Amino acid sequence: MSSHVPPRSAAPTGAPVPAGAPVLELRALTRTHGSGIAEVHALRGIDLAVHAGELVAVMGPSGSGKSTLLTIAGGLDTATSGQVVIEGQDISGLGRKGIAALRRRSVGYVFQDYNLIPALTAAENIALPRELDGVSVRKARKEAREALEEMKLLEVADRFPDEMSGGQQQRVAIARALVGDRRLVLADEPTGALDSETGEKVLALLRNRCDQGAAGVMVTHEPRYAAWADRVVFLRDGSIVDQTLTADADSLLTSEAAK
Amino acid sequence: MSIRHGLLALLERGPRYGSQLRTEFESRTGSTWPLNVGQVYTTLSRLERDGLVVQDDEDDQGHALYAITDGGRTELRNWFETPVDRSNPPRDELAIKLAMAVGAPGVDIRAVIQSQRHHTLKAMQDYTRLKAQSLSDVPTNRDEVAWLLVLEQLIFQAEAEARWLDHCETRLIRLADAAAREPDPEVRTTGRTTPRVALPRSRR
Repeated sequence: MSSHVPPRSAAPTGAPVPAGAPVLELRALTRTHGSGIAEVHALRGIDLAVHAGELVAVMGPSGSGKSTLLTIAGGLDTATSGQVVIEGQDISGLGRKGIAALRRRSVGYVFQDYNLIPALTAAENIALPRELDGVSVRKARKEAREALEEMKLLEVADRFPDEMSGGQQQRVAIARALVGDRRLVLADEPTGALDSETGEKVLALLRNRCDQGAAGVMVTHEPRYAAWADRVVFLRDGSIVDQTLTADADSLLTSEAAK
Repeated sequence: MSIRHGLLALLERGPRYGSQLRTEFESRTGSTWPLNVGQVYTTLSRLERDGLVVQDDEDDQGHALYAITDGGRTELRNWFETPVDRSNPPRDELAIKLAMAVGAPGVDIRAVIQSQRHHTLKAMQDYTRLKAQSLSDVPTNRDEVAWLLVLEQLIFQAEAEARWLDHCETRLIRLADAAAREPDPEVRTTGRTTPRVALPRSRR
């Protein structure tokens, strides 16, 4: 008998398939490095839609295109062909300045090594993208403290990154990624440098932010963390080969198909 | 074995009747391994035969109660003190399946791996959700704590399987790449056959 039959007494309550326009949509995305004989296809026609409230994990062997997918989705790299649509806007038509503005307003990026600015406190780090976006310093700092309070991290508000643990820094980075009206968080191995208990805390936070309406895409090679997602997408050689949904979402899809 | 000792452990807390034992066993383990009442009574009669339990008086509702004996307590203590045997692993269907898929004609072993990975990850998603629910109110009673431990065991087991599957895939790719680069002359002269790995890449 398989040991993977979910226990009968407590049925899982997966998030239903979200309705409405996706927050992030990748359409027929390709990325080729080099040319001629040295041509490498990092992505070969990726279609992916991520809705508000949804956390998607991207898994795959190294070199399968996971990080390329994320950097293109976040406007840090450009696709060879295909479209990246964020909140209904095709970013290829925006130009560098436009993409930078969109990144500040709509997209939060979380890196494995946190990437907090060492000379700024936690609250200042969180406020910075808002200040760059023209929000008053006072308002931005207030928002930052509120974000920290919500995450029960207010005690680190005035600490510098080197005065925080790795887990605290990563949670501050997630707060920074989602402060303001930003609804898309892209996380590249966000738990990579953390021990498993701290990693779980970071994941619980990311999960919670998505449950509150953000859309998240997380690259990870750890099945334990991928399991927090609503959907796990498997990449191989630059293509999506398979994806899982939670039980409820699967049965919803099945009933949709039956209509 | 585990049902036998599981029942003894429950009986150590006082006399109980069959369906009560079944309910308690399941609430400790979140119904991960459901028991039927028949199994419970068969096990009880074997325990009785071996002198580890005795039939006690009936309770007010007329249920036949069973009680643990001193012999049963010794048996239970030995169980807790003896590690579970891992030197003689039970047959693992997945390991056997992958072993058989190596070089099997018409079988894409990477597809076998992926379909299992999909299934395993999905089970992990379900378990992880249950765990998040279970932790949303800090478990306090014995049954809730026991269920959380069992649930985390399921997660760890599934995780080990998923990691092993990733490893198998990487291993097969490396072996295939190495074989493509440099056929081992040893292999040819001795006629030893290396595992032939059916990879989609080699068919492109």
